[in-house]
Amino acid sequence: MGKRVVVTGMGVVAPNGIGLPAFLHAIQNGLSGVKFMPHYRELNFSCQLAGMPDFKWDSLTNYISDVTLHGLKGTNIGYGLVAALDAWADSGMPYDTDAPRWETGCVFGNSIADTEAMKNVIIRVDNKEARKLGSRVVEQAMNSGVTSYISGRLGLGNKVITNSAACATGTQAILMGYEYIKHGYAQRMLVGSAEHVDTYVYGAFDSMRVLSRKFNDSPEKASRPMSLTAAGFIPGSGAGALVLEDLDFALARNAKIYAEVLGGSSNSGGQRLGGTMTAANSTGVIRCINESLASSGIEAQRIDLISGHLTATNADRQEIQNWSDALGKKGNDFPYINSLKSMIGHCLSAAGSIETVASILQIAHEFVHPNLNLDDPNPEITNIVSADRIPVKMIKKEVNIVAKANFGFGDVNSCLILSKYN
Amino acid sequence: MTRQEILTELKKVIAPYTTNKEMLADINEDTDLIRDLKINSANLVDIIIDAEAKYDIEIDYDAADKMMNVGTCIDVISERLK
Repeated sequence: MGKRVVVTGMGVVAPNGIGLPAFLHAIQNGLSGVKFMPHYRELNFSCQLAGMPDFKWDSLTNYISDVTLHGLKGTNIGYGLVAALDAWADSGMPYDTDAPRWETGCVFGNSIADTEAMKNVIIRVDNKEARKLGSRVVEQAMNSGVTSYISGRLGLGNKVITNSAACATGTQAILMGYEYIKHGYAQRMLVGSAEHVDTYVYGAFDSMRVLSRKFNDSPEKASRPMSLTAAGFIPGSGAGALVLEDLDFALARNAKIYAEVLGGSSNSGGQRLGGTMTAANSTGVIRCINESLASSGIEAQRIDLISGHLTATNADRQEIQNWSDALGKKGNDFPYINSLKSMIGHCLSAAGSIETVASILQIAHEFVHPNLNLDDPNPEITNIVSADRIPVKMIKKEVNIVAKANFGFGDVNSCLILSKYN
Repeated sequence: MTRQEILTELKKVIAPYTTNKEMLADINEDTDLIRDLKINSANLVDIIIDAEAKYDIEIDYDAADKMMNVGTCIDVISERLK
């Protein structure tokens, strides 16, 4: 038995809302953040839509000094900073400190530095002007850029780690922070992940033919997890962040408590038994979910809601089958299940953290958010799960336990079990 | 350009890199960039690059190493403007 770990603060930069109040309003009302991107049409992309946060770069003046902001180009860093610092403030703590905060660490994930910003570097180097690059490139190109900006602003002095596990990054970051606190290495961890899908990364996904191509004229209908007409995902950008604390430590400072992290698991299917670089080994997924339940000490029937990975590709059906096999549940007996991606697209590295923020809001505010674009559910899915367990309208109900999972390229899986704090 | 004119222009080059805006308004030739203006030593490179662009000059690495206070900055810039 380790320490109990609770969530005491959250921040979010999501395509359908920046900051908790806007995001809560959006997910309760099923507001889409998927937008048409005229530039993508000029670039001849097949999919021309993105879940893009309505982010004002100048808003960063509320978070960091003008000197730090001058020369900051990495969009993912901007998103990560706002989510993380909002979570910190939400947890009731000031930004400024003279001494390092030895008790607090950070696990923040991302996939890749902002390639659009790095393009300027490539052009200068190729132009034999490397000496004009200046001092601010390396800190933004390095994988730990987001984490470094966050931990530097807040003076975090415990473990500061950058993780990367493709689409499982966000849930994995939260799990790692949870484990550090549980085992007593840190009393508080600022965890989350950020993603900016720039045109170069977007183009590479477009070329894989895994994006939704048929809804360019109706962006809000394009992200259709579990639908018969689901035909690919919509890339999204943003960041999510949570402050995790040792329960006793949080109680001692009278912190507000949103929820408890009961446990979780992160594993890999090994790219064996049907798993590949891009497809999940179902045995690995089921194992990950079962390990999460075991580490949380709960039975499958206690899960009220599954926040699925469910990207709107043909992997949705297998994911539902995996949940059904792992939990031993089907039909009417299956928990409620939803996919935030129906509103914001697939935020890749940031998906897990944004979706975990959404999961905890559903616990704290007692509702199940709707699935958009599910007027034509895939019968192969409703053969496994009753249609009424996949709500298309918000349901007001007490949500005690949520299972939140993400599955990523490289055949990596991460699952969290989140609970109302009792 | 007189030394005073260069100093006035130099303030604008330095401005984005110091949080000590009050001190910046009153700089003189003895003002130390790191100690007085609290500029991050890594950012001195950026000030040199910005100065090169502003005055259309080239400041080699050896000259750049001398640019630690406002006076030596003006020395290096005025030499290259001749």
